[in-house]
Amino acid sequence: MSDSPDGQSSGPRQHLVEVGVAAFMVLLGIIAIIGSLRVGTGWGAEGPKSGFFPFWIGLIVVGTSLYNMVRAYTHGSRKLFASWMQIAQVLKVVLPLTIYVGVIPWIGIYLASALLIAGFMRWIGRYGWLLTLAISIGLPVVTYFTFEMWFLVPLPKGPIEDMLGL
Amino acid sequence: MEAIGDLMSGFAVVLSWQNFVYMVIGIVLGVIIGVLPGLGGANGVAILLPLTFSMPPTSAIILLSCIYWGALFGGAITSILFNIPGEPWSVATTFDGHPMAQKGQAGEALTAAFTSSFVGALFAVIVITLAAPLVASFALQFGPAEKFSVFFLAFCSFVGMGKEPPTKTIAAMMLGFALAAVGTDTVTGQLRLTFGSTELLSGFDFLVAVIGLFGIGEILLTMEEGLSFKGKAARINAAVVWQTWKELPRYWMTSLRSCLIGCWMGITPAGATPASFMSYGIAKRASRRGDKFGTGEIEGVVAPETAAHAAGTSALLPMLSLGVPGSPTAAVLLGGLLIWGLQPGPLLFVEQKEFVWGLIASMYLGNIVGLIVVLTMVPFFAAILRVPFGIIAPIILVICAIGAYTVHNNTFDIIMMLVFGVAGYFLKKCNYPLAPLVLAIVLGDKAEESFRQSLLISQGGLGIFFSNGLVSTIMALGLVALFWPVLSNLYGRLLTPARPT
Repeated sequence: MSDSPDGQSSGPRQHLVEVGVAAFMVLLGIIAIIGSLRVGTGWGAEGPKSGFFPFWIGLIVVGTSLYNMVRAYTHGSRKLFASWMQIAQVLKVVLPLTIYVGVIPWIGIYLASALLIAGFMRWIGRYGWLLTLAISIGLPVVTYFTFEMWFLVPLPKGPIEDMLGL
Repeated sequence: MEAIGDLMSGFAVVLSWQNFVYMVIGIVLGVIIGVLPGLGGANGVAILLPLTFSMPPTSAIILLSCIYWGALFGGAITSILFNIPGEPWSVATTFDGHPMAQKGQAGEALTAAFTSSFVGALFAVIVITLAAPLVASFALQFGPAEKFSVFFLAFCSFVGMGKEPPTKTIAAMMLGFALAAVGTDTVTGQLRLTFGSTELLSGFDFLVAVIGLFGIGEILLTMEEGLSFKGKAARINAAVVWQTWKELPRYWMTSLRSCLIGCWMGITPAGATPASFMSYGIAKRASRRGDKFGTGEIEGVVAPETAAHAAGTSALLPMLSLGVPGSPTAAVLLGGLLIWGLQPGPLLFVEQKEFVWGLIASMYLGNIVGLIVVLTMVPFFAAILRVPFGIIAPIILVICAIGAYTVHNNTFDIIMMLVFGVAGYFLKKCNYPLAPLVLAIVLGDKAEESFRQSLLISQGGLGIFFSNGLVSTIMALGLVALFWPVLSNLYGRLLTPARPT
């Protein structure tokens, strides 16, 4: 992490991010409209067809979001949305979490959770190995007993659990 | 009175040792959830909901509603000791609560906060006891048009009373309705908006959305702010509690006013957060010591806490009697009712008497138990907050992931949780309200159903929504709420003649 003034005072502007969010919502609204048109938006044998409600909902999403988009661009705050350093902080959660979510179907939730906690504590929290290992192994073990034994809710497992015969 | 008799039988249901244990566990878990960043009432209940599927519904709702009370109590601890609102509705508590703690009066501030919370909740429960059966019996006569008008009013209230820009509230709300529409159409059984994806057959689950939006989104926001907890120590002993209790009756007027504001804001789904701000604002204007507010006035703690709890509790009134929840957490509880096979709404009071009155009785007991638990265990809860974020954050992420998975035993839901989490971060940062979005996902199908049934009756004419006095009145109130920002703006301009600027 650098303490350069660049990282702290520069970053995307609030109004541009708001324009982006509104544009994304316009896109979702259009998807809803297209999907509604496919199943029919008119009047069918059983009253309004399936697409009737989401069609109008989609139109309102598009309408209000277009307004929000223009409004954000013309009247939006020119302040920082977040500095690059803050965004880096957020990405430190988002990226490991994305990998975590991606590997759960392959290695199971227990191993993935242990790795996520260990990685996070070690490289972001900078804790010692002992505490890191204790918590990263302890929590999945507690989870295993709580869910599989007590509540009888099976969680996704991977090759390690197969090897242990759990 | 019939209600009193029903309530007594409710107490008989609740007063088994098993339910009492659930109550205590619920409160303690709830306070922990309320204290930790990233875990709030709504997603705490959402995460634990799947674990209650095998429990009897009455015990399950006692456990979950006590988590809700606990979370309401917990918010005050972080606000006062750490100046970090654990929940949005406790932001107003920081204004005077934290200065009190800085002056060394943390014990007094906490006692005042907990006691006020208790008073607010108790007031709201009494309102529920007396009003809910009446509202429910009245609502039994509702046809589809009346049902839709109630949904309409509920959603319009968000637009009129929210502090966010109205167009953003509408956009977020409609996005929720669009998400709710994905999957099988409940009226015709036809698939829609799935675009051939098998994962979307059953639509977006609101529990996953809640865990993502409120849980993951909150963690991302906390991460961005770079947390450093600098807390004040708190010691509560019997003498401090007693001293504060002797002082509190002086503020009965503030309490009563805050109770009324809270109940009003809770029943119309504006929620606990605006209620606490409004109550604080009015108390500041009405109090003789108003100019001292913000420097550690005990009245400035009483007002927002009373209102927040009154609102949080009374949010259950429309949920029980009409099937329209007044807050995101009430919405999650309502989702729970559906999963346990109970149909929320007026019929609940007829067909599931034991359940409803058990729940209402548990509100009385839960809040008494809650007050005792928080007063005695504050140091323990404060210690949890001192656990560094570097340890807490990954643990909360894992708990959220497990919670999302257990909803349908599906790993796709964990991916959706992440998507909702990132979306929640951006929406929150761009000042979009999340509560109407979540409520729309929960109620979308029901609102649509009543809308389409109404149109079917009227053969497509919108006149059915103004066909009798009742439905016209509710719709008119909804329209007033919807256009309130425009109306109040116009009114303001009429009052102040145009000035050259």
